Amino acid sequence: MAATEQKLPVTGAGPFNGVLTWIDQRFPLLSLWREHVSEYYAPKNFNFWYYFGSLAMFVLVLQIVTGIFLVMHYKPDAAQAFASVEYIMRDVPWGWLIRYMHSTGASAFFIVIYLHMFRGLMYGSYRQPRELVWIFGMIIYLMLMAEAFFGYLLPWGQMSYWGAQVIVNLFDALPLIGPDLALWIRGDFVVSDATLNRFFAFHVIAIPLVLVGLVAAHIMALHEVGSNNPDGVEIKAKLGPDGHPLDGIPFHPYYTVKDTFGVMVFLGLFAIVLFFMPEFGGYFLEYNNFVPADPLKTPQHIAPVWYFTPYYSILRATTADFKLVLSAAALAMAFLIVRSPFRAKTKALAVFVTVALLVGFYFIDAKVWGVVLMGLAVMIFFLLPWLDVSPVKSIRSKGPLYKSALAVFVVVFLVLGYFGTQPVSPFATYMAQLGTLLYFAFFFLMPWYSRMDKTKPVPERVTV
Amino acid sequence: MADTDLDRAKRRFLLTATTLGCGVAAGAAAVPFVASMLPSERAKAAGAPVEVDISKLEPGQKMIVEWRGKPVWVVRRTPEMLKAVQADDERVADPQSTRSQQPSYAKNEYRSLKPDLLVLVGICTHLGCSPVDRLEPKPEPFAADWHGGFYCPCHGSLFDLAGRVYKNKPAPDNLTVPPYKLVGDAKLVIGDDTQGA
Repeated sequence: MAATEQKLPVTGAGPFNGVLTWIDQRFPLLSLWREHVSEYYAPKNFNFWYYFGSLAMFVLVLQIVTGIFLVMHYKPDAAQAFASVEYIMRDVPWGWLIRYMHSTGASAFFIVIYLHMFRGLMYGSYRQPRELVWIFGMIIYLMLMAEAFFGYLLPWGQMSYWGAQVIVNLFDALPLIGPDLALWIRGDFVVSDATLNRFFAFHVIAIPLVLVGLVAAHIMALHEVGSNNPDGVEIKAKLGPDGHPLDGIPFHPYYTVKDTFGVMVFLGLFAIVLFFMPEFGGYFLEYNNFVPADPLKTPQHIAPVWYFTPYYSILRATTADFKLVLSAAALAMAFLIVRSPFRAKTKALAVFVTVALLVGFYFIDAKVWGVVLMGLAVMIFFLLPWLDVSPVKSIRSKGPLYKSALAVFVVVFLVLGYFGTQPVSPFATYMAQLGTLLYFAFFFLMPWYSRMDKTKPVPERVTV
Repeated sequence: MADTDLDRAKRRFLLTATTLGCGVAAGAAAVPFVASMLPSERAKAAGAPVEVDISKLEPGQKMIVEWRGKPVWVVRRTPEMLKAVQADDERVADPQSTRSQQPSYAKNEYRSLKPDLLVLVGICTHLGCSPVDRLEPKPEPFAADWHGGFYCPCHGSLFDLAGRVYKNKPAPDNLTVPPYKLVGDAKLVIGDDTQGA
């Protein structure tokens, strides 16, 4: 019985054994520390790409801390919001630094998260048994997008205002419930003070709470199944005489030291942006957002912040003509599924979905499909663990098909992102449409090319 | 008590009943919170009609008026502009405004009560940006043979000088015409079209 059997005293080298023993006998301090830090065995072949998980945690803390101090001076009121941000920038001691840390941190967060996700794509970190790690991570990504979107309204500049107007109107496009849903989100007939107030509530308390909980779930799921590695080897399959993986090393001190080095390099780069180019040429803070919100006038050129632009491109690419291309793509998909060795039920479902899509493309506006495609472009990542049927996890064992597909996907993501920042032109629309097709091809064709690919055998042990 | 003595059916029933009861209670408790996000009485009351003096609006000029927080455009169209509207019939998606929103008196080619006076809510029917003026007929980057109209900077929708959307653009419908009436020649009332006032 735990109540009567006291845990053994702590016998560390430090001067606080007495206090630690007192706590440990009342709270699972040491067992938590061991399970998640000092005796969490991680593969010994982690490379550069494994910095970004801990960096994302670091940036989350940075955003929360700087956010708390910004809230001390910011006013969530349509009449005062813009001026209070300028007040922070000009009159609050060191306010400019805290504000720029927060705004630069937002972009840094997305850079780190995109690289972290790319690591997962390269090394198959979403594959069985890590599906839930991936799904928790994807929900974190969704929440992060919501957090960034709500936060961007708060300075109440022109981009804040019209960005919110466009994104809330995305919901307006949904059939039947759309207009009422958009009205409920705004709390008014236009983006207004009511909208600003509630976005503030979401940005400073609701979403951060959910984010912190999800990060805990992401890490607990990871520590339950163990980390993947660049070779895609399951290190738990080969245990040493001490019961620990032969290819594993304790997270502390080995990776705490490595990650601390990563944080130092990150902080160096972060400081360069922070002190010398906090707007980053209009990409981190758009110039139009230094103009107060004017509900009567949309700026000449509006674009979301860079981290949303790939999806924004997909939204804009979906014109009435593009529906014909989409219909052809849906038919081709159905043909491919019917000609492949799937179960009869799957084939019937594919045919049914295709017919429904064709009817939908014919009767429902391109506006709705743009919103649907944009949503699908984000949500499709959730399915990766089941779309990839390759016998191997890591790109090191995968063949030329997957390598080319991933390379094309990365280029397409960047090209879509670039055109999303540019004004509409026939050429940009054409590129965005081509990009949209290739983007979805990466996912929808994965069950075929990942199966056909010529893979190499997975090594017995990790290579260093 | 051994497991065999349990009345499992009764347990299952109690479990289901408790779950359903709590579910209903939680749903009911959520109602005031969800409803609190709807527009407040103050927001609903802010939609009063707006009176505008249009006596100084010259042909070819445009003015912007705020009504319910939205920009409303008032344009006095020249005869050339009205000809441009006629010439645009081929290019626009809904020339007769059969599927677009406007009062019955504005459901015509010019989409207005009086042909020359155009009154529109200046909010794109795509995702709510306010299109910008491209009133002059001249070659534009988005259309080489442009007859004049409005260009939405957000997603590239084009509207003619009657607020009718061009074919194959993201916006599905023509710009909305608000209810309005003229009192004499000089006063325009936006948001109210009841006669006899």
